[in-house]
Amino acid sequence: MTVKQVPLVDYLHIGARPYLKAKACTSCGARFFDRRIACGNCGAQEFENARVRNQGVVTSFTIVHRAAPGIPAPYVSAIIETDDGTSVRSNVVNCEPDPERVKLGMKVKLTTYSIGTDDEGTEAIAFGYEPA
Amino acid sequence: MAKSAKGKTKPKTSGPMIDDDSVWVLGTHMTKFGRYPDHDAVDLASMSAIAALQDGGVTIHDMDVFAAGTLFQASSGMAQQVQKQIGQTGIPAYNVSNACATGATALRTVMLSIKAGEADMGLAVGVEQMGKMGLLGGAGSKKEAKVFAPSGRYGAVTGTDGYIGTAGMPGVFAQAGMAYAYENDGVGFEQFAKVAYKNHLHSTLNPLAQYQKEFSLDEVMGAPVMSYPNTLLMCCPTGDGAAAAVLVSGERLKSMPKKVQKRAVKISASILTSDPWTSSAQVQPDVNTLTRNAAAQAYEQAGVGPDDLDLVELHDCFATAELIHYDNLGLCEPGGAGDFIDSGAPFRDGRTPVNVSGGLISKGHPIGATGIANIYEVATHLRGEAGDRQVKGAKVGLAHVIGLGSACGVHILEKAA
Repeated sequence: MTVKQVPLVDYLHIGARPYLKAKACTSCGARFFDRRIACGNCGAQEFENARVRNQGVVTSFTIVHRAAPGIPAPYVSAIIETDDGTSVRSNVVNCEPDPERVKLGMKVKLTTYSIGTDDEGTEAIAFGYEPA
Repeated sequence: MAKSAKGKTKPKTSGPMIDDDSVWVLGTHMTKFGRYPDHDAVDLASMSAIAALQDGGVTIHDMDVFAAGTLFQASSGMAQQVQKQIGQTGIPAYNVSNACATGATALRTVMLSIKAGEADMGLAVGVEQMGKMGLLGGAGSKKEAKVFAPSGRYGAVTGTDGYIGTAGMPGVFAQAGMAYAYENDGVGFEQFAKVAYKNHLHSTLNPLAQYQKEFSLDEVMGAPVMSYPNTLLMCCPTGDGAAAAVLVSGERLKSMPKKVQKRAVKISASILTSDPWTSSAQVQPDVNTLTRNAAAQAYEQAGVGPDDLDLVELHDCFATAELIHYDNLGLCEPGGAGDFIDSGAPFRDGRTPVNVSGGLISKGHPIGATGIANIYEVATHLRGEAGDRQVKGAKVGLAHVIGLGSACGVHILEKAA
């Protein structure tokens, strides 16, 4: 039986070759991940889909030890700048949550993983970045 | 303090003249920050408002406008509730909420009324009663969904905090600091920790601080990690408190007795900014650009530069935040915030004392009160009334707050003649 899968957020494309998809302003090129009415940079109202590059570097991170209730800790939260200059917030996965292991400037690449299955058997897929 | 070596941009032999169009702090007050289980926010705000009026030698009947700031009770009609305690005179009353810049925005609301010619005098109060709220920012929403159905602006099928990085404040500000460390040399865990060491040390001289306890650098670095590099001792506490200020027009101040004029403190600059668009801010709040913009506008409006500042109260919600604001406010060379703290410059006896009150980290951060409490702190030093923590001969000071979202308030205050 095949399990139905859904992405954690709608800007994650799942499947054999997952990637993040941004809405790019056709006027100024600004990229967004959320639902848009207009562009926060220039105010234009037309967008096109843009496929975000899967490779990037860690430009900032924190290791969260005290998380909100229900969230397993420690984990690594990071800001990734992808090779096409898009900023992404993500967990760094498949990497020990230790400042000796996570490094500023570290090269990473997109990966996906399951975060669980709901009452109807649908599996939610999240993204993270792992050391490249 | 080797002030003479700093190259003042203008002579400060006497204080500013009283221009008709200028706006001044006539009276100010803050409660001790801490826990007030037997009082509510209306009590705290009312007590501080009355004390600020008394400090200025005026009464509620002299006020033409009133603004009250609170974040967590933003829909409570705080202004009117306080009026019902301290005097219902029928004046315009504004309820103000603007994240951590709420207090500064309330102050500016009164200031704008005076600038617009609607008021000669007004009262601003900021208050918050947080109790022990714990971590802010993280939604804690990661309960298992029964059915994964997309909702919200990102089409999320369940809570994303902890899956898509952190939304918790210690982590968000840790990332702000670590981005600076990525771009600049000489910045790491130790530099961030020194900020907290300094502010805890400063707080031992401030009886109004929520905590007044010194911790060694080793203790700061060895405390439980909240969000690396921020340890528990590098994070501001939650708490209760209020602060208030009475503002007056220069024209009205001129008609007041000389000894009242002498204690008045000039608001040489009052700036509020929001975020210009930056490409990374949709995933990580950019606390830098709007602070830099606010600082540049404030220095221009006041006609002073960073080297003229005798003290600075800035928004050290986390130690990582204070460090980057040294650079954002132009207190150090570009990229030089690590050297700045290592050199001892922001310590009380240093070149540019920063957060001699103990800062948010130790003085406390009842959110709505913060943006007026820093005005209180700077004004108290300029009046020479800061007791044991007095920065000697202080003539010019800067107060900065930032609320995520974002809103940034910068005020520059100058001593009267």
